[in-house]
Amino acid sequence: MSAVEFVNVPRIPVGDWFEGVFDWVTANLEWLFDAFSTVIDVAVEGLVTALDAPGAVLMALIFALLALLVSGWRIAAVALVGLLLVIGMDQWATAMETLALVLVSTVVAVVIGIPLGVLAARSDRTSKVVRPALDLMQTMPAFVWLVPVVFLFGIGYVPGVVATIIFAVAPGVRLTELGIRNVDAEVVEAAQAFGATPRQTLFGVQLPLAMPTIMAGINQVIMLALSMAVIAGLVGARGLGGEVTAAIATGDLGLAFEAGLAVVILAVYLDRVTAALGQGGHLGRFRRKAKSDVGEVAADENQPDGSEDLVTASDVHTKIGA
Amino acid sequence: MNAIEAHGTYKVFGKRPAAGVARLKAGATREELREDGLTAAVIDASFEVREGEIFVVMGLSGSGKSTLIRMVNGLWAPTAGELTVCGEDIVKMNDKQLRTARREKVSMVFQHFALLPHRTVGENAAYGLQLKGVNRAERERSATEALAMVGLEGWEGSLPEQLSGGMRQRVGLARALAAGTDIMLMDEAFSALDPLIKREMQDQLVELQSKLGKTILFITHDLNEAMRLGDRIAMMRDGRIVQNGTAEEILNEPANEFVAQFVQDVDRTRVLTARSVMTIPAAGDGRLLGQPVAGTVAAVDADTRLSEVLGACADCEGDLAVVDSRRRLVGVLSRATLLQALGQLAADAAHDASADPASDTTPMEVTAR
Repeated sequence: MSAVEFVNVPRIPVGDWFEGVFDWVTANLEWLFDAFSTVIDVAVEGLVTALDAPGAVLMALIFALLALLVSGWRIAAVALVGLLLVIGMDQWATAMETLALVLVSTVVAVVIGIPLGVLAARSDRTSKVVRPALDLMQTMPAFVWLVPVVFLFGIGYVPGVVATIIFAVAPGVRLTELGIRNVDAEVVEAAQAFGATPRQTLFGVQLPLAMPTIMAGINQVIMLALSMAVIAGLVGARGLGGEVTAAIATGDLGLAFEAGLAVVILAVYLDRVTAALGQGGHLGRFRRKAKSDVGEVAADENQPDGSEDLVTASDVHTKIGA
Repeated sequence: MNAIEAHGTYKVFGKRPAAGVARLKAGATREELREDGLTAAVIDASFEVREGEIFVVMGLSGSGKSTLIRMVNGLWAPTAGELTVCGEDIVKMNDKQLRTARREKVSMVFQHFALLPHRTVGENAAYGLQLKGVNRAERERSATEALAMVGLEGWEGSLPEQLSGGMRQRVGLARALAAGTDIMLMDEAFSALDPLIKREMQDQLVELQSKLGKTILFITHDLNEAMRLGDRIAMMRDGRIVQNGTAEEILNEPANEFVAQFVQDVDRTRVLTARSVMTIPAAGDGRLLGQPVAGTVAAVDADTRLSEVLGACADCEGDLAVVDSRRRLVGVLSRATLLQALGQLAADAAHDASADPASDTTPMEVTAR
């Protein structure tokens, strides 16, 4: 028999404390939440109206064209087929509502996440504070957030957006920090050695060089935001999530599947398009190719006598292309 | 005036570095500090770099040379001691003053080039000027000029990734030149290049230097490079400068066993000059000293390396006249003297090689990285 069994851990009222903090926040910061609420509501409603304006088929064509520009004809074709299927399933209007919700959430998450990631990359202390906070936001079950969020923001798009931001902001912060920390230290040092200010170093060197990683982070933010769409439906946000919630309530298997499929199609579309943006995209590749035509015999210098194993322009192109 | 001056400069990394300096001054060793988590990178460094010379700091990895060069432009602040650049105390400068000093006075060339991969060669070369706030037309002109100086005309529009290693470092050099500073710091600038390109770059640097007369602080772990480039050389080991002098001084009078071991493999005929082995005629012939030497007489410049004198000596019947840059007599070199000098060098080298390497002189690997 060990003494451990006799130790009596007292009831720790963590829940009461949290409620106390929450009450204080509601009492003192209500004006802030009201303002935020209004801005988000207007943004989402406005975006829904804009996305609906051209009519479903035309809008689907516009999306396909965007995919063509950014990532090539194959993805554009798949996108067009998928989007037409969404129209055919009669889910276009709800899909556009979900898209608006995802885009607004993403914009807010990015606006918060990138500066926070920059701060975390610059100071180990900030990083140590931010990291567990992000862990908490990501691992606390989303349903738990819904309770205080609904208290603060009521029912509708706004609580959906807020819950989505809490869940989706983490990869934006983390990958921004990672990207900036991984920028070649010598290049950063070079900027400083030539007299760059911290601001010039950040905007001229660190952010541009970290951009592929940051874009990967934004891509992840979008994916997580979309995965929250159904949960947003629970708190009264319309859209595909609302459809799924309604389908669960009425046991409508067909409707649930159609709405779920529409979510998947949106997800695939957004993922491919933003991933392509992250890699510099189709446009970026065109630009680089044009530039490489300027300098043709780059590696020649390694052959000082120039007589044997001459490096040809095509070699250089393959190297650059790789 | 000296371009760079350091007096008793220390750099210690870790918690409470000032206490570490106090302990070093009281006689603690680098290892004793390391046990307490402090790294003594530079210990009591004193040297001056004269205007217009190439001053080489030579040392193996971990000897503190990279930290030393980074104190000169304030990337690291010295823990103790004085450090002045162009007469201004770098230790007392705040961030803003440091940035101004870097823009106006000291530029830098990096081992791995450190170019901005998302900007063109021209934009890279103009980077220093852009930070200074020079307008676009002006900086493009300067960048083009600097690129031409290093032999990269017409590459302005390319991206760094399209260039070979040697060419990228030329861009690095052009970036430092375009900044228009009097002082250039070169941190292992040619160490990442393959030997042939490295040699080319060294020659180009010497040629540029003869035209531009910059003050260059050059860091290297390659002794041959140090001897080729350096007007004067500081040998660093374990954070301390162990010897400071011309290549000849370091070869002929190594300050300690470490330096002696280090220099034993250097081909002395490529470092020693005619001046160092010539005889100065006394008595009767002495009055000829300082007189112009006729063009028909076989003569070599006093600064000619011995390796190049050998050929001239073989072609010539009698003694060689040793002359200064204006072809006035400064000494005489006979075959006998030359052979004697070479024989002496060979004997010295053999002696150095057989010298018992005392255990405390070789804790560090003498093989280059």
